[in-house]
Amino acid sequence: MAASAPPRWDRKMQQRLARGEEAALGELYDRYASLVHSLAHRVMDDEEAAAQITREVFGYIWENPDAYDPKQGSLRSWIAGLTQRQSVHRLRQSENRGAGSPEQVEDRVREASTAARADYIVTSMPEPLRQALDLAYRRRMDYREAAADLGVTEDEARRRLRLGLQLLSTAVQDSSPQGRSL
Amino acid sequence: MGAVGLLHQDESLDLDPLLRARVLEGCLGRRPARIPVPEWAAPYDAETARLDALLADLGEPEWDMPVKLIWAGGTRELTLCGVLAHLGSVDGVVATALGLDDPLGPGAPRTRLERTELAGERCRRHTHAFVRNKWRTQTRDIVRTLSFAGSATGGLPVDFADAVVPMRDALIDRAFECWIHAEDIAQALDYPEYGPPAAPHLNRMIDLAARMLPTALAALRQAGLAESTAKLVRAGTPGRTLDLHVEGSGGGHWYISLDSPGAIGTPEAVVAEIAVDQLDFCQLAAGHIAPGRIAAGRDGDSAAIRDVLHATASLSRL
Repeated sequence: MAASAPPRWDRKMQQRLARGEEAALGELYDRYASLVHSLAHRVMDDEEAAAQITREVFGYIWENPDAYDPKQGSLRSWIAGLTQRQSVHRLRQSENRGAGSPEQVEDRVREASTAARADYIVTSMPEPLRQALDLAYRRRMDYREAAADLGVTEDEARRRLRLGLQLLSTAVQDSSPQGRSL
Repeated sequence: MGAVGLLHQDESLDLDPLLRARVLEGCLGRRPARIPVPEWAAPYDAETARLDALLADLGEPEWDMPVKLIWAGGTRELTLCGVLAHLGSVDGVVATALGLDDPLGPGAPRTRLERTELAGERCRRHTHAFVRNKWRTQTRDIVRTLSFAGSATGGLPVDFADAVVPMRDALIDRAFECWIHAEDIAQALDYPEYGPPAAPHLNRMIDLAARMLPTALAALRQAGLAESTAKLVRAGTPGRTLDLHVEGSGGGHWYISLDSPGAIGTPEAVVAEIAVDQLDFCQLAAGHIAPGRIAAGRDGDSAAIRDVLHATASLSRL
C-alpha cells in the first residue's frame, strides 16, 4: 500500500523512459510491479495470466512513455488504469474461449474496476488516513497499537480509520468499465 | 467485496522475483534500450532490487533483529539495519570509483571492517527508513552511472584495500554479497525460500569465483596451508588442471590452473575433477559451508581437490 510517488518523480521517470534508459525501466518495475501483478491477479485469479499481463503493461509503458499525461493524474493511477483495462480485455478473451459464464466474467470485470479505483483512492488519500489503514489492515495492529505507532490518541486512530474506510467504500459504487486492449 | 477487502494486503507478497528479468527482457525486445545497463551490472541491478522488495515488507521492530554473518575467517552479529549499512558502506567503494559521493563522507576509511563499523554507528543515529533509502538510492545511482558511462567502465579499477579489481568483477562480487546477505536476513526473519539469483546471473558469480581460484590457491600455498605442491610452469602455457564441474542451470565446467595463476588450465591437462551443486559451491565460496563438509564428487589428485575447496572458502569475506 505504497503512496504515490511525488509528481516530480513521475515526470522525471517519464523523461528517462522516453530517453530509452534501461535503468529507469528497472526502477519503474521495482516500484509498480507488485501493484500491476496484484491488480491483474485479482481479475484473472491465475498466476500465469497475471504474469503475462504484467509483461504486457510494462511493455506498453516502455514503448509508449509519452502516452502518460502528468496533468491527468499520477503515474501510479495511470498504470493501475492500464492494468485494469488490459486485464478486462484478457478476461473477455478467455470468456470467448469458454472460460466462465458471461455473468461470472462481468462480476470479475466489475471487481477489477473497483480494485483499481480503490488503489487510486488509497494512494491519493491524506497521508494520516493512509498510514492508519496500513497499520490496521496490513500490519494487523489493533487501535491501541496503531495509536501508539502514530503517536495519537486511540480516539484519533479510530477516527482516521473510519474516515479512511468511508473514502475507500466509495470505490464500491457502480461503474461500467471498458475493456480495451493496450 | 467490503471496503477492507479492497486494500492490497497481498501486494508484493507473491511476486515471483524471477519475473523481473522476464518482464524487462520482454520490454527490451519490443524497444531496445538506447542507454542499456552493462551486461555485467545486471546481476547487481537484479539482486539489489530483490533485497529491496524483501525489505518493503518489514515492520519497525524487525529492523533491529540480530543477523549473524558468517565467513571462513570469522562471524559477526549485526542488526538487520546494520547489515544493510554494511552492504551500502562497501558498495560505497564502487560508488567513489565512479566519482559518486562516499556515503560515509569524505576521508572515510577504506577497509571493509572499518567501513562496516562506521556505517553501523551511523545506523544507530538514523531511522531505518533513512538507512534503507540511502542504500537503495546508492544502488540505483551506481547502475545509472554505469549505464551512462557505458561498457567501457568495465575495466575501471576499484580499490577494496585488500584487492584492486576491475569494475565488471566488482559489480558481480557486490551482487553476490547482496544475495548472500539477503539470505542471511531472510533466515533471521524466518522468511521462506528467498531463493537463488536467475541462472545467467548465478553463472557470472560462479565464473568470478572460479577465475579467482588460481590466485587464492597460490595465497594458500604461500601461507603454508596447502597440501598440494606447485610445479614450475612457464606463464601462458598449460599446466596441471582441475576440472571444476558445477551442476545446475547456472553451472558449467571451469578449468582451474593448479600450478600458478599465470598458467593456463585446459581440459587436456586435467589431473583432478570436482562435481558440486551450484548452490553448495556458492555457500562454500561465501564461507557458509566448511570445505571438509561439502558434498562433492571427487576424482583424481586428492591433495589438489582439497586445496581448491579450501581456496574457494578463502574467497569469503565479511
